[in-house]
Amino acid sequence: MTAARTMPALARYALALGDDALVLAQRCGEWVTHAPQLEEDVALANIGLDLLGQARSLLTYAGQVEGLGRSEDDLAYLRQERDFLNVQLVELENGDFAVSMARLLLFSSYQRELYRRLGNSRDATLAGVAAKAVKEVAYHRDHATEWVLRLRDGTPESSRRMQAGLDTVWPYVDELFTSASRHGVWPDPALVADGVAVDPASLREPALGYVRSLLARPA
Amino acid sequence: MTPESARRDWPLWEVFVRPRRGLSHGHVGSLHAPDATMAVRNARDVYTRRGEGVSIWVVPSAAITASSPDEKDAFFDPAADKVYRHPTFYEIPDEVQHL
Repeated sequence: MTAARTMPALARYALALGDDALVLAQRCGEWVTHAPQLEEDVALANIGLDLLGQARSLLTYAGQVEGLGRSEDDLAYLRQERDFLNVQLVELENGDFAVSMARLLLFSSYQRELYRRLGNSRDATLAGVAAKAVKEVAYHRDHATEWVLRLRDGTPESSRRMQAGLDTVWPYVDELFTSASRHGVWPDPALVADGVAVDPASLREPALGYVRSLLARPA
Repeated sequence: MTPESARRDWPLWEVFVRPRRGLSHGHVGSLHAPDATMAVRNARDVYTRRGEGVSIWVVPSAAITASSPDEKDAFFDPAADKVYRHPTFYEIPDEVQHL
């Protein structure tokens, strides 16, 4: 298997974004039959399937750009774990429901800002995937928002567990906005300069600004 | 709080979906949710994920007053044999839909 770090920069960019979506899709799927309510099983399955759809498009594109004939399935199922480029945040164990909602809030806030900007990418495929996905992740963020507020403002027990959830995921948030993660410099600065990729550092303020204002909202 | 008592604490909501503009909201089912905002979101996920609707209403099930099965005969049987109440003796123009 070709190591991800020798892939063309554009393929590596699409693969990393796709891996984030793919891994979180699996984590969402794990909730099905285990969520607090049947209704929440369905909601998390929907969110997982949205993410899986994004992953399919992005992995397919990564395979095409790479030009070695690897399909979405080859990339999803036939890579070694070390070749995955996802951030650690999406990989964390689901844990308590509040941990999963804290993760979904932070990741969907990041993804929404990412896809909004990537919709203007000079790469037509990435722009197309992003334009469709931005509506999906806006809903994911809304879903997480409603839960985080309810758990925060519910009972002393739910409030304590929501805070513990945020504390659990917080150390992994920084990686979303760092260029020097994902097995080396990512994305390639040339892709950012060409208007193809989004500089992750530029997403930090808008994404975390949303989360901060949400958490500061009075009960 | 045990899962059983949590389940009891969440009220039941009736869900109405409007399939497209020009049609009325129709009852599609019910679900549990902690409040109205979450009920609309749950309804979106449970009842409109295959493109079934453009608008959702939720109503607390407890707010619905229903006719009683005991009153069924008095309520509905008298209408059964009054064929003249059915406007079936008219030609309906092809252009009229959803009548």
